[in-house]
Amino acid sequence: MEYLLASAIGVMSAAGIYLLLRMRTFPVILGISMLTYAVNLFLFASGRIAINLPPVLLNETPTYADPLPQALVLTAIVISFGMTAVVVLLALGAFLSSRNDEVSLTPTDPQAPATEPAAGEGRK
Amino acid sequence: MNHWIIAPILLPSLVAAVIILTARYQIELQRVMSLAATFALLGITTGLLVYSASGVIDVYELGNWPAPFGIVLVLDRLSAIMVTLTALLATVVLLYAIGTGWDRRGHHFHALFQFQLMGIIGAFLTGDAFNLFVFFEVLLIASYGLMIHGGGASRLRAGVQYVMYNLLGSTLFLFALGTIYGATGTLNMADLALRVAELPAEDTAMIRVAAVLLLLVFALKAALIPLHFWLPATYAEAPAPIAALFAVMTKIGAYAIIRVYTLVFGPEVEATAGIVGPWLMPAAIVTLAIGMLGVLGARQFGRLAAFSAIGSMGTLLIAIALFTPQATSAALYYLIHSTLAGAALFLIVDMVRARRMGEDDIIAPRPVIAQNGLIASLYFATAIAVAGMPPLSGFVGKLLVLDATRGHDQAWLIWGAILIMSLVAIVGFARAGSLIFWKVEEPDTRLAAQQTAPAALPFVATGGLIATIVVMTVFAGPVTAFLDATSAQIFDTQAYISAVLETPRAIEAQSLPLDYPSTPKEPQQ
Repeated sequence: MEYLLASAIGVMSAAGIYLLLRMRTFPVILGISMLTYAVNLFLFASGRIAINLPPVLLNETPTYADPLPQALVLTAIVISFGMTAVVVLLALGAFLSSRNDEVSLTPTDPQAPATEPAAGEGRK
Repeated sequence: MNHWIIAPILLPSLVAAVIILTARYQIELQRVMSLAATFALLGITTGLLVYSASGVIDVYELGNWPAPFGIVLVLDRLSAIMVTLTALLATVVLLYAIGTGWDRRGHHFHALFQFQLMGIIGAFLTGDAFNLFVFFEVLLIASYGLMIHGGGASRLRAGVQYVMYNLLGSTLFLFALGTIYGATGTLNMADLALRVAELPAEDTAMIRVAAVLLLLVFALKAALIPLHFWLPATYAEAPAPIAALFAVMTKIGAYAIIRVYTLVFGPEVEATAGIVGPWLMPAAIVTLAIGMLGVLGARQFGRLAAFSAIGSMGTLLIAIALFTPQATSAALYYLIHSTLAGAALFLIVDMVRARRMGEDDIIAPRPVIAQNGLIASLYFATAIAVAGMPPLSGFVGKLLVLDATRGHDQAWLIWGAILIMSLVAIVGFARAGSLIFWKVEEPDTRLAAQQTAPAALPFVATGGLIATIVVMTVFAGPVTAFLDATSAQIFDTQAYISAVLETPRAIEAQSLPLDYPSTPKEPQQ
């Protein structure tokens, strides 16, 4: 179980970081989502892996599943969900207004991509 | 329990909601509500500052849950200063935004502005690490909206970059918090301070990783090299009043570093000793150098202001990285000064932009702008303050920082960096000022025809910032005395911990009979 969880977090983080380093906004957004999934699992694991245990300390069971990380994960999921929606809209707005979805801000001729309608259509 | 502590968080959040629900299309009503709320905020925070001056550390237990089980808000001198600074800056920025009509250029300016204030003030007041994350997100999501206020392709693209950087920062923050929770089983800062100090020496690898991760997050917010890449484009492209408000956003990173790395991972904590200061210092020196060289090399006025913000963060973090009471006091003085001066600079950039044809801000001769003399003198005063020349508070601040670093092993390096980079900044500001205000071309008749009587409010706002800087200079003695008391309080971590963990309710909770099984296993690892 530990190996499964650890490798899942590791693989998702690696994929996320790889995608983050891409040039275009869409892969970067995917990368951020991957990383947030990884961190959500990581937060879960920070309360230790407990299976089939109640989330409160009962008199008949000597141990329990820590409920706090679950609350933290819930908050983190909600926030990252909202943030991803914001960044998707923002990236769409930036792409539609500048016809360019590169992340870098190197000053390119704003007219240049408009002369290649094929590329623009291909992305739709 | 003093209920006024939560008022600076509740007030903006309620007003923001009311603005959205009742005054969505009435900009005048929005302005009245937003201004009234911000003035009320300034009044409340000033009251809290006076209250905290007695040295009391007051704890507000949300939902009556005592720490470490519930989330607490903590008001001490440091957070009172930061909150008051935020309210002061917000008042000025709001006056400027209303005076120039920036708030009309898009929707929901005032609602987002109030949410932004809620997030910033919450981040300063909270005493819980996860709650700090939540308030960071509140202020960030409002700042995303404000950053792209007014729209435009280049602003949107800079906004995308800004959002992505900060999402990455938030993810790192969560990784750090998960690691901290895994290692200690708590996220309340006072409780963390106790548990980190008690960790056995062989069991500190996790907490050291967490300390460094957390430093990365705060360094990203504070625009420390090499995590500063988001700042120049964001600040230069953001609407000017928002860039001025963002002057306090980088300071949140600085505040968090002061708070966490004195209280939780303090200099005397064995587990994390020597992993923060030695890294922070060289990075801060490079930040200072890059910032001031950026001032010298900037082609646009907005970029110049952004790079000067990076440079001032460098000086500030040099003082913070020493982690001594004297240096922290100097850092706080410089923090207040650089927030006000940096904000004034952004407002002046906007004044120049608004008066030029095509609203460009390239540092090159252009037709003379309206009110050239007045804006030039405001710029002159602000540049003196930012560069740290006498007689304004920048000079006092730098002097305090230099004085605090005297005993350090690398004092010669720090002194050299600060003094040489001050010179570079002076040259950069002088070059920009003479190109923009002196070496002007003949007045453009087309521009003159468009001129209307200038609004007084923007000048009042900018003048107000400069007046505050002058006040800080004139009353440098009482201000530094107060800041000395503040930094003494910051380093007296025992007082903070006992104030948070030994409230009447917490003591009552500890004495409650627990119906545990007779021989429980360790409930938490």
